[in-house]
Amino acid sequence: MTEPLLEASGLTRSYRLPRERLFGATAHRRALRGVDLRLEEGGSLGVVGESGSGKSTLVRLLLALDRPDAGEIRYRGREVRPGPPRGLVWFRREVQVVLQDPTASLDPRATVRDIVAEPLECLRVPGDHDARVDEVLTAVGLDPDAGTRYPHEFSGGQRQRIAIARALASGPKVLVGDEPLSALDVVVRAQILELLRDLADRFGLSLLLVSHDIGVVRHLCRDVLVMKDGEAVEQGPAEDVLRSPSHPYTRRLLAAVPRLPAAQET
Amino acid sequence: MTLLEVAGLTVRIGGRTVVDGVDLDLDTGGRLGLIGASGSGKSLTALAVIGLLPDAAEAAGSIRLDGEELLGRSDRALSRLRGDRLAMVFQEPLTALNPLMRIGRQLSEPARLHDGLSRRRAAARAVELAAMVGLPDPERVVNSWPHQLSGGQRQRVGLAMALACRPALLIADEPTTALDVTVQADMLRLIDDLVVQQGTALLFISHDLAVVSQICRDGAVLNHGRVVERGPLDAILRAPSGPYTRELLAAARATSWDATPDPDEVAT
Repeated sequence: MTEPLLEASGLTRSYRLPRERLFGATAHRRALRGVDLRLEEGGSLGVVGESGSGKSTLVRLLLALDRPDAGEIRYRGREVRPGPPRGLVWFRREVQVVLQDPTASLDPRATVRDIVAEPLECLRVPGDHDARVDEVLTAVGLDPDAGTRYPHEFSGGQRQRIAIARALASGPKVLVGDEPLSALDVVVRAQILELLRDLADRFGLSLLLVSHDIGVVRHLCRDVLVMKDGEAVEQGPAEDVLRSPSHPYTRRLLAAVPRLPAAQET
Repeated sequence: MTLLEVAGLTVRIGGRTVVDGVDLDLDTGGRLGLIGASGSGKSLTALAVIGLLPDAAEAAGSIRLDGEELLGRSDRALSRLRGDRLAMVFQEPLTALNPLMRIGRQLSEPARLHDGLSRRRAAARAVELAAMVGLPDPERVVNSWPHQLSGGQRQRVGLAMALACRPALLIADEPTTALDVTVQADMLRLIDDLVVQQGTALLFISHDLAVVSQICRDGAVLNHGRVVERGPLDAILRAPSGPYTRELLAAARATSWDATPDPDEVAT
């Protein structure tokens, strides 16, 4: 087995719930209960689950935005510890994220060029930043002239392209997507899905995609991990898991997905 | 018998035509799926039917319910029909419910307003309605607040309120889009059961072809405010005739999950 690029073991995280009574004991909610995962170089892993399954907590931990109560994360064998930004520059250059809602994730007062160049500056990436911005804007199918405009001048799909360009700017090896297609209309969703697949191919990216949408995961990911109540109930090659799920929850989840009638000729 | 007859419905907002000559027919107890991407005019069509268009919108054409023209009626006349003959379930159950009103009062409000139920009978009716939509522990749930319920439970409350007076027509605008898939499946089954039980006609609006095809046999596809294709969904989805429907369907297939994918199409 090859050495994993990104590996997590025994990730556990609890949150304190708001107190119901002034002197009552504080209750805790265990959002993650010992999750292991590995992402190979050039691999693609889809994390599937419903609300409250712990997906978002998992993403926060994998991006070192939050500290696990137990367990650890390694990138190419090196431990990733959340802490001062300076200590994580090496990791942030390698692992970047695309979030669900590009309206919320892009600064409305910054030009597209400033938005895309920001990680280059923050992470002190060497090289010609202007040229790099042009390069990634072209890679996501935007005209480099778009750089002088502001996010509100773009449609939802184009905004998500800008967010992807920003994620690609520092030349990462891993792209984490937290529901990157969920806020998009169906036609645009298909286009951005195709773009992600194409970019992963061209830049040799490994994908970690968190989604409630099993269709998207099936089209983009080789492996899948199914989460429920903070636990990974099933993981393995997407084809096997989706074709013959072994855990009852996976079966229930797959049975609930609405299907289109088969096309006339397939 | 024709229940709803929409003819040449046009809606303009700020000089822009957002619904452009839509014709729709729905029989008593019938069902129709209205399909379109965002901005296609599907929600505005629904709002026009129930008389809740934003003030800035101008509607023209004709909307007849039981042969009576609704367009141009006063708000007072329409509010006698809304909740009684016509009702709607919205996409976002949290914003559709009043956060400052207990669940029981919201559930019984349509019955109090339209049937003039007494306080006590209204309270009993609220419990019945909560039970009808399968809310857990109906006696207790009527005393809770909207924020204490899950998204799926809130949407059940929305459905119960809509069906409280056994309306002739239920308009459901993306009622399951904000829900998890397993919750969505339960909700679709519930809508299906209840409209059959009550003999309610259903106008089901969604961008999701797969969801619409689960609950409706007939559909109309909207693009830029126009109906571009209509007929049995089965036929539309197997062999779409218009270019827009083909594009929509191709996109849906490219992102949807299919139990038996083409071997060469599986992600590699």
